[in-house]
Amino acid sequence: MSTLMSGAKMLLECLVREGVDCIFGYPGGVTLPFYDVLYDHHVRHVLVRHEENAAFAAEGYARATGKVGVCCATSGPGATNLTTGLVDAMMDSIPIVAITGQVTSKLIGSDAFQEADTFGITRPCTKHNFLVKRIDDLAQAVHEAFYIAASGRPGPVLVDVTKDALQAQGHYQPVTSIHLPGYKVFTEGHTGQIRRAVQMIQESERPLVYAGGGIIAAGAAADLREFVELTDSPAVNTLMGLGGLPSEHPNFISMPGMHGSYAANMAMTNADLLIALGVRFDDRVTGRLAAFAPHAKVIHVDIDPAEIGKNRAPDVPIVGDVKRVLAKINKLLAEDKTAVPAAARRAWWRQIREWKAEHPLQVVTSDTEIKPQHLMAEIDRLSNGQAIVTSDVGQHQMWAAQLIRFAEPRLWLNSGGLGSMGFGLPAAIGAQFARPDKLVFSLVGDGGFQMSIPELATVASYGLPIKIVCMNNGYLGMVRQWQTLFYNDRLSAVELDCFPDAEKLAAAYGFKGKTIDKPWELAPALEEAVKAPGPYLLNVKVSPFECVYPMVPAGGAIHEMVLGPPQPVAVP
Amino acid sequence: MMQVISLLLENKPGALMRVTGLLSQRGYNIESLTVARTLDPEVSRMTIAVEVETAQRQQVIKQMNKLINVLQATDLTELPSVMRELVLVRIRMPQETRQAVLKEAEIFGGRVVDSSTEGFVIEVTADPEKLGEFIDVMGSYGEIEVARSGALVIALDPKKLKLQPPVLTKKLEEVY
Ligand SMILES: Cc1ncc(C[n+]2csc(CCOP(=O)(O)OP(=O)(O)O)c2C)c(N)n1
Ligand SMILES: [Mg+2]
Repeated sequence: MSTLMSGAKMLLECLVREGVDCIFGYPGGVTLPFYDVLYDHHVRHVLVRHEENAAFAAEGYARATGKVGVCCATSGPGATNLTTGLVDAMMDSIPIVAITGQVTSKLIGSDAFQEADTFGITRPCTKHNFLVKRIDDLAQAVHEAFYIAASGRPGPVLVDVTKDALQAQGHYQPVTSIHLPGYKVFTEGHTGQIRRAVQMIQESERPLVYAGGGIIAAGAAADLREFVELTDSPAVNTLMGLGGLPSEHPNFISMPGMHGSYAANMAMTNADLLIALGVRFDDRVTGRLAAFAPHAKVIHVDIDPAEIGKNRAPDVPIVGDVKRVLAKINKLLAEDKTAVPAAARRAWWRQIREWKAEHPLQVVTSDTEIKPQHLMAEIDRLSNGQAIVTSDVGQHQMWAAQLIRFAEPRLWLNSGGLGSMGFGLPAAIGAQFARPDKLVFSLVGDGGFQMSIPELATVASYGLPIKIVCMNNGYLGMVRQWQTLFYNDRLSAVELDCFPDAEKLAAAYGFKGKTIDKPWELAPALEEAVKAPGPYLLNVKVSPFECVYPMVPAGGAIHEMVLGPPQPVAVP
Repeated sequence: MMQVISLLLENKPGALMRVTGLLSQRGYNIESLTVARTLDPEVSRMTIAVEVETAQRQQVIKQMNKLINVLQATDLTELPSVMRELVLVRIRMPQETRQAVLKEAEIFGGRVVDSSTEGFVIEVTADPEKLGEFIDVMGSYGEIEVARSGALVIALDPKKLKLQPPVLTKKLEEVY
């Protein structure tokens, strides 16, 4: 049973079968056949204003739901514009499928108009990629792409399809099996290692859970919570893992790393056991590796065998799906009645509470100007752990990660591994399409926002009720902070002395905007933004020279935090 | 240190690029590389000799094993194995040394595959080090041109024997 159809139709058919309801894209010459079949099809195509943002929006969609996000671009410049988003998705293990058009197969290699070697260029930007030159190979490639993107350690997959393959007529045979002999996914975890882990957990006097984006990718938040409660361990969530354990949970001691909390970093340094769950010991978390968690044995659970032992050799390596592995560990823990060293655990908690009390993450306010932390506290108040907050990259991102609470996974969406400025607004677009029911804040810096200004048109044309909050410090703040702290305050190429009038800018796109700079304006302005039925651009002028603390200087050990001004000595 | 990696990979466009990309991305220089079909025409065997920092060796193998097109990557550097390389040497020398050249070739187990008044083409198979010596010797007799195949390795450890690569075919219902 098969039907004759064009490659373009077949491509769309495959997408529908994969459950795709929304494609973020930008058309061009070689994708014309595909756009022609989209013309009268129910699948929604969202026209972004730049292909990079199509990839970021697909990521926003995927990050907000766990479903595969889809983006589409034409050959040549369309495809090359996607690459930043692909790498971003690669670094943060986000499942997206990118469809790109390619010049007619006969023309490949002839420097044809808008030809680029997309297959070659995106090889290192993707988990896997395909070049489809024949309609007969199309369906298999598309279904394999979705399977690869979503399974194992998720990631971006690109399918490059030539124009003649889109135009050819062929029989669509529903694909019934995936043949990927070289694709290995280990999900269960080694039983013996799981038992060893349980024993180590019970014997530990100072355990610490170090949980990351893997918890969110695996949908393991409930299992994580159960684990934390069964063991009564303190827990940190990495930048990618925020929301994995609710921020309000009594065992949560915030984020570790370069701008992590004092308690989190001290706990890392003093723990005798790290239970590392879906994390990759990123340098922004570990600081100087040799000094990281020096007293700890390590249990490392990850679905990617290459992450195990990459940066820190574990005592108990467990390759597996963190959800399945945690479920097994929890079951063993619940059955096993071995006594834990209770007195030592109580002392450990006492110590952690002391650290929390000594240097809490502080909301600084002022009577005359808006402090960045004040802005985050107000967003936090309005969100109350429930809103989706997408962030751009820079100081605002770090303050938000420190101060905004998240009650569940998939609310905090940010570019963690790649740190791509320009991520915040398009990611919010993707997230709002995925979750029309949700309040979405797009938190941006005045730098990053200016990288995504074209997307205001997308926001306006689809009437997306995104609340864009620009933390405007007049600087590329994070770079400025490093220049201040480590380059004798020689501020080089970081001042953003021209910024558009937010009210006029928003009005030009047909929605409301406002600029504020007084602390008493903050709460009412944010409330007004949230109440407004459509999009809103709130430009918040904050005090320009704040630095994010705590800060672990590059190459430093994470317990050697700079907790605030006065300024530290430069570290080379 | 020189790492010797043996891979089984799908015989597909781009598969080679994925493997070499992992190495070039890290700034590693490939000393030699060979690829050819195995008994199964859909599977190729590749042998790579590459200079890798010792601490990174395991990571490189793991990353190769992650590649969708790679069925298996094995580090043979320290495993019992046999390594062979083939060389074709074209030599041009004076008439009076013809006999001496033939004698030398014989010592190295070489075979003359072409002969002309000007000289020979000689084929030798040996481990790469031995080939180096043979080439040096030939060079001392006259002008030479050399084509080497790159090293081929096969593991001797019976546990590593891979006649049939693992084949995983997933039914879509299991997948979703
Ligand atoms: C695409 C890109 N270019 C450059 C950088 C380097 N960078 C990191 S943070 C930052 C400053 C961001 O400024 P802004 O958006 O105003 O945010 P702020 O730090 O002031 O909150 C820069 C330039 C980056 N992360 N991404
Ligand atoms: Mg700024």
